[in-house]
Amino acid sequence: MTTATTAAAAGLRLTLERVTLGYGRGGVLRDVDLEIEPGEILTVVGSSGSGKSTLLRGLAGLLPPYRGRILADGAEVTGPSPDRAMIFQEDGLLPWRTVLRNVELPLAIRKVPRDERRRAAREWIARVGLAGSEDRLPRELSGGMRQRVQLARALAAAPRAVLMDEPFGALDAQTRAEMQRLLLDVLRDTSATVVFVTHDVDEALLLGHRIAVITPAGVRVLAEATRERIVKEL
Amino acid sequence: MTAVRTAGPRAGLDVPAPAEPPRPRAGRRGWAIRIASPLAAAGLWQLLTVTDARIWLRFDRLPSLDEIAAEFAAQLATRVYYLDLLQSLIRILTGFGIAAVAGVTVGVLIGRSRRAGDVLTPLLEAVRPIPAIALVPIAILLFPTDEQGIVFITCTAAFFPIMVSTRHAVRALPTLWEDAVRTLGGTRRHVLVNVVLPGVLPGVFGGLSIGMGVSWICVISAEMISGDFGVGYRTWQAYTLVDYPATVVGMITIGALGWLTSALIELVGRRATRWLPRAAKEGRA
Repeated sequence: MTTATTAAAAGLRLTLERVTLGYGRGGVLRDVDLEIEPGEILTVVGSSGSGKSTLLRGLAGLLPPYRGRILADGAEVTGPSPDRAMIFQEDGLLPWRTVLRNVELPLAIRKVPRDERRRAAREWIARVGLAGSEDRLPRELSGGMRQRVQLARALAAAPRAVLMDEPFGALDAQTRAEMQRLLLDVLRDTSATVVFVTHDVDEALLLGHRIAVITPAGVRVLAEATRERIVKEL
Repeated sequence: MTAVRTAGPRAGLDVPAPAEPPRPRAGRRGWAIRIASPLAAAGLWQLLTVTDARIWLRFDRLPSLDEIAAEFAAQLATRVYYLDLLQSLIRILTGFGIAAVAGVTVGVLIGRSRRAGDVLTPLLEAVRPIPAIALVPIAILLFPTDEQGIVFITCTAAFFPIMVSTRHAVRALPTLWEDAVRTLGGTRRHVLVNVVLPGVLPGVFGGLSIGMGVSWICVISAEMISGDFGVGYRTWQAYTLVDYPATVVGMITIGALGWLTSALIELVGRRATRWLPRAAKEGRA
């Protein structure tokens, strides 16, 4: 398991302290306590409607908790930050921007000079296997290719945490397997903390250092996760 | 680890969306019909006017095609024809231009800010049902010159469809894009520039098209009521002087200008929204 280093781009420690999150009155997640270690890949499994996306939106700072605190390296999360990039299930790309301009966006927001961000974006596009597609629009890409672009865009600005909301959920089995390999490959070079949400138990086992299960009773991290144990928890 | 690793070669099912299929072109037959249809209409007009038909509708005082053509040719050789044309174009482009900027600005403001919506919506909704041309008395009282009054009316007419369609487009914008930009570190301004403004363009161009249409209605009507230049003024003057061929020439001119400006908006709109999925829908898995 990866441990935190003292490097500047080290992964964030994400902490939930008795957090209640949700839309409407009740809240989907109640009194959740969770500690996500710097640099680890935590996969979160749960059935649909169990609050997986809600948890990620809370961590991203898109959804403030009703009660409790969400902390990133000890500082309370009050809104979105480029430190915590998010990858959505689909259509997270801006459809009017080409692949290159989508990947450049986080760098442009950070006011990276044009030449530099163009070079960095091209590098990332090549890294996810899309060299040559820089000038295509999202609608000209397949679902898998669009997710590659999202991955490149999220990682281009070197975030300290990557929040992934069922990013491969809409892909066919073969493309999904390819994307999982690519993800593991790409993450090997970063020390970012990853929270990966999925409803696929096998995917969770393959990708995660640790696995958390969301059940109506709450969020539980399974120490020795096996397929059987997860299925039983669900 | 798990079975997922055994997945086959990478060629796979994940093929990119096919290039947009070429739009079905109007064949030779299609073009023949397109040309024949207006010709048939013109022929019918000619038949009815030359024979001075009175079949409940009275065609006996309407000019025939050759009279209209002769009048058109004569007018094309005069300076005043182009001056009128230019005058109307300046009026409409000024009014429409102001309306486009104001309509998009106010539409985005109301769509994005609840406070702005609370302040502006009741005012705008109170004025919106009034047909712009009914504002002529106000325009005359308010503005020192007729010219400004005409531009005001044209502008008011175009403002509402542009503002309303912008507002709807802002509210219909998927929140996903905004979330994406915010998690990349984007501020409100980044969201506005990178998500809202490009995202509402398809809706805005719908409003611009309608706005251009009502602009022409209003500029011509306003010119007919008050004005001493312009295509509308000239057309009405020709009618009061019992010069019916010139009246029809005026109408054809108005039609052509309206068609040209609408086509221009359509063209710019298509260029600006080339990213829309339109025909590429089947490319989705």
